[in-house]
Amino acid sequence: MNVYLLSLLVFSPLLGIVMVALMPKKEERTIKQFGFFGTLPPLFLSFFLCSQYYSGVALSIFDIKLNWIRFGNLEMYDPKLFTVDFELGLDGLSLIFILLTTIISSLAAIASIYIKKEWKGYYLLFLILEIGMLGVFTAENLILFFIFFEMTLIPAFFLIGRWGFLEREKASYSFLIYNGIGSAVLLVAILILFARTGTTNIAALTQMMTMGGVSLFAPISGSMKYGLCLAFLVAFAIKLPVFPFHSWMVRVHAEAPPSIVMIHAGVLLKIGAYGIIRFGMGIFPEQYKSLAFTIVLFGVLSFLYGAFLALVQTDFKLVLAYSSISHMGIVMMGLGALNEAGIQGAIFQVISHGLIAALLFFLVGALYERTGTTMLPKLGGLAKSMPIFSGFMLACGMASLGLPGMSGFISEFMVFLGLFKSQPLLAAIGVIGLVLTAVYVLRAVMLMTFGKNDSLIEKEKWDLRGWEFLPTLVLLGLIISVGVYPNLLGGPLQGTIEAMMLALGGR
Amino acid sequence: MDWNTMLSYDWGAMMPEFIILGTTMILSILDLFWPKHFNRRKLAWLALTGIILACLSLISLLSFETVSILSDTFRLDSFAKAFKLLLLFGAALIILLAEGYEPREGLREHRGEFYYLFLTALLGAMVMSSSGDLITLFVGLELLSLSSYILVGMRKRDRKSNEASMKYVINGGISTAITLFGMSYLYGVTGSVNLGEMSRTMAAMTDGQLQYIMGLAFFMVFVGVSFKIAAAPFHMWAPDVYEGAPTPVAAFLSVISKMAGFVIILRLFLSLFLTASGDTFGALDFLEKNNIYIASLAGLTIIIGNVVALRQQNLKRMFAYSSIAHAGYLLVAVATLGGGYFLLDTVWFYLMAYVLMNIGVFAVIQLLSSQSGSEDISILAGMGRKSPYLAMAFTVFILSLAGIPGTTGFIGKLNIFLGTFITEPGHFVLAGIMIAGTIVSYVYYFGLLVQVFFRPVHSEKIIKIRPGLHIVLIICVIGTILFGVAPNIAFDFIHDQFGDFTDFISSK
Repeated sequence: MNVYLLSLLVFSPLLGIVMVALMPKKEERTIKQFGFFGTLPPLFLSFFLCSQYYSGVALSIFDIKLNWIRFGNLEMYDPKLFTVDFELGLDGLSLIFILLTTIISSLAAIASIYIKKEWKGYYLLFLILEIGMLGVFTAENLILFFIFFEMTLIPAFFLIGRWGFLEREKASYSFLIYNGIGSAVLLVAILILFARTGTTNIAALTQMMTMGGVSLFAPISGSMKYGLCLAFLVAFAIKLPVFPFHSWMVRVHAEAPPSIVMIHAGVLLKIGAYGIIRFGMGIFPEQYKSLAFTIVLFGVLSFLYGAFLALVQTDFKLVLAYSSISHMGIVMMGLGALNEAGIQGAIFQVISHGLIAALLFFLVGALYERTGTTMLPKLGGLAKSMPIFSGFMLACGMASLGLPGMSGFISEFMVFLGLFKSQPLLAAIGVIGLVLTAVYVLRAVMLMTFGKNDSLIEKEKWDLRGWEFLPTLVLLGLIISVGVYPNLLGGPLQGTIEAMMLALGGR
Repeated sequence: MDWNTMLSYDWGAMMPEFIILGTTMILSILDLFWPKHFNRRKLAWLALTGIILACLSLISLLSFETVSILSDTFRLDSFAKAFKLLLLFGAALIILLAEGYEPREGLREHRGEFYYLFLTALLGAMVMSSSGDLITLFVGLELLSLSSYILVGMRKRDRKSNEASMKYVINGGISTAITLFGMSYLYGVTGSVNLGEMSRTMAAMTDGQLQYIMGLAFFMVFVGVSFKIAAAPFHMWAPDVYEGAPTPVAAFLSVISKMAGFVIILRLFLSLFLTASGDTFGALDFLEKNNIYIASLAGLTIIIGNVVALRQQNLKRMFAYSSIAHAGYLLVAVATLGGGYFLLDTVWFYLMAYVLMNIGVFAVIQLLSSQSGSEDISILAGMGRKSPYLAMAFTVFILSLAGIPGTTGFIGKLNIFLGTFITEPGHFVLAGIMIAGTIVSYVYYFGLLVQVFFRPVHSEKIIKIRPGLHIVLIICVIGTILFGVAPNIAFDFIHDQFGDFTDFISSK
């Protein structure tokens, strides 16, 4: 049973897909309910896995490995050569990402209640997207990872292009092309590794690249290792996104439906960070180490660039988009710090930003539903008409700017702690960004909740109500509990980070 | 050759060809004598039966030892079996397409002709894949070409169809002439037309002068065949001909005819040029020395196919360019020789993927264009809302053509890439071009999906699908997904049945 649990987890949204697919097109209510129920099986399964972990079960018992594809006819050399197995596995790092995925998916499914048309297609794509995301975080080999990775791309393309705001098609196209280029780079890197080593298993590759395995065919030279490491970094930097690869993501944030942005900012972007940790850092520790300065440099650049641009935006969605770039910069800074604090901080930041961004975009969705706009000059005085909403917005803004006691603080603190140790100069420059973050977050939130424009005050009964409290409270609760008790994440991550530090030579 | 030697041949090896020939004859006689008012659409089912029987007899031959009959002119080796299987499979799908084909002005009494001309073309392609000598190869090629010239002009009262047919005859004629000229050089150099003998002579040939002539012959044959597979810069005919030809014929040209082109390339190049020496010391293989030309042609084909496809408004023209691009991807596998490990199974698998996805696409095009009378990409608009299942099928084909994981097209491309990277130095430039071409192809492929799902409905007319087309769509969708998710079914099949295709030249 344990062996099939992971496959069950990854493919459990299929149940919802079947249920939604069998519904007639017009049954709005039922489809929405089934769509939401479809996200519950993975949620409960991931909780179950989590409880197993906390009760002391080793996560490796869930690993599954089935024969799948064998390329070429090279059995006489080595039966495992050029085989791709269907192998899923779990460690602390992926467990956390899985939880993030299932929680945010369920909440985004609730937020999808604002979707106005073609619910059937929407939920079908939504659940396929969830399968892709779950697969990405459990895949144990590169080909499988890539397949799931692309599986997130296609549904997201349609979700943005069909259900988004006015300029949705342009946004979905730029999403497709940028990510297409990213995955092309990724695919080339994966296939060079595969062709030269005959395996795509991450653990086997890690060993081969660090210990230097015997190559049956053409060898992988030192400079090629650099190239491959760089290719992985670029591919995932596009996904993350890091300045200067960010323009697609701004468009997506502005044009996609808020429920999809919750998933996008909450989970999809995080695949970039996950990939850098797993492949860049994991498979090529030597090369990664020597690229650390560049990584931090781009991290600081995105951090400042995002923060500066967020200062001048008039659309609240764009403020959030640039703030996402800025926060992903922190992730890069942490990952480039090459020490335990930095890497742990980066992973914390990934999770924390996932939660915060999801909450912010949920609130944006709720706001747009009521006011029909997210332009800051048109908003204002919401504190009067929507006091509870404004309160949540403020709390969320505080989390975003890193108020102690919230998850944002822990991660930023740890990143800077790590970075000051290894790259003090860049860290010092980066600190400017912290100030800017406070300024743009407060500016945006103040303009919305107070502000001069009080044309919206008259409306009654606008505030959050009923089910809308569920996602808000769950996300805020998680943000605060991670902030107050960081070991919630730190525990599961311990093993992974220690392994990373060992490979990186520790410091 | 006396009666006894005739009888001593193992004629069973030619069974599939005989069945196709027999069906062709029955069809032509029926078409001739049956009264005019009789609906010739039914003949399609007879043709299909013939193809299925041929397929079954081929399957029963799979376990057969490699044999060559008629003094080694006709071989039944793994290569022949594998590619004939694919040819027959593709042909069966296209016959089903043709059954449902109904152009504006109707096909009237020509419908019968369509089926038996189609079968003769198929026969030509089958003979080519089985040929053990230049003459059989050429006769097969001509049989295929001549039949397809007529097929293109099938819509006799349609101006575009006539124009396309004319263009195809002239272009095809020139290309065949060039191929034949090249072949005559090969004959001159080796003094034989038997591929096995030629290969032995050429492997031992170290005279620089003769090698020069061999080089000329190589280029000419390659140029001639490039026409057939529509590789740049000899691709100009493809868009015009595809546009003018009836849709099933366009599908035939893009699938069967292209496959036949690759059959010649593989037959000739692997048996003759792979082992021929490329320099006077015999240290370098000929193909190793000259594969840069194939590689650059492959690169050019990918670039031209994908870039020009971006600007097409006519669906058939767009898929003509897309099929040019796919020929380029396949040429990459030929140019790199699959790194030595992944050649024939790679090409076979990719062609299988291509049969499934491309015929599927042409089925959808045929369905929509015969209903609206136009071939503009706007006829796809709103299909997602009007007929979601058709739209879903179309999406699967397009994703497969674009090489998205989960579809056969992805596994096919993966295989080609493995071949480019496995050698040292890897063919990075070629792989780079291929991946860039794939990205460019996203733009126009997804442009079609944008039409299907994001645009308002083009016409409210209900799309009626004939049973034949239904079968094609179902087979193609299932195949595209099945071999994308579980490609091992196909890989294991060809590795178990055909091993490494080692019986390629060796006679008995």
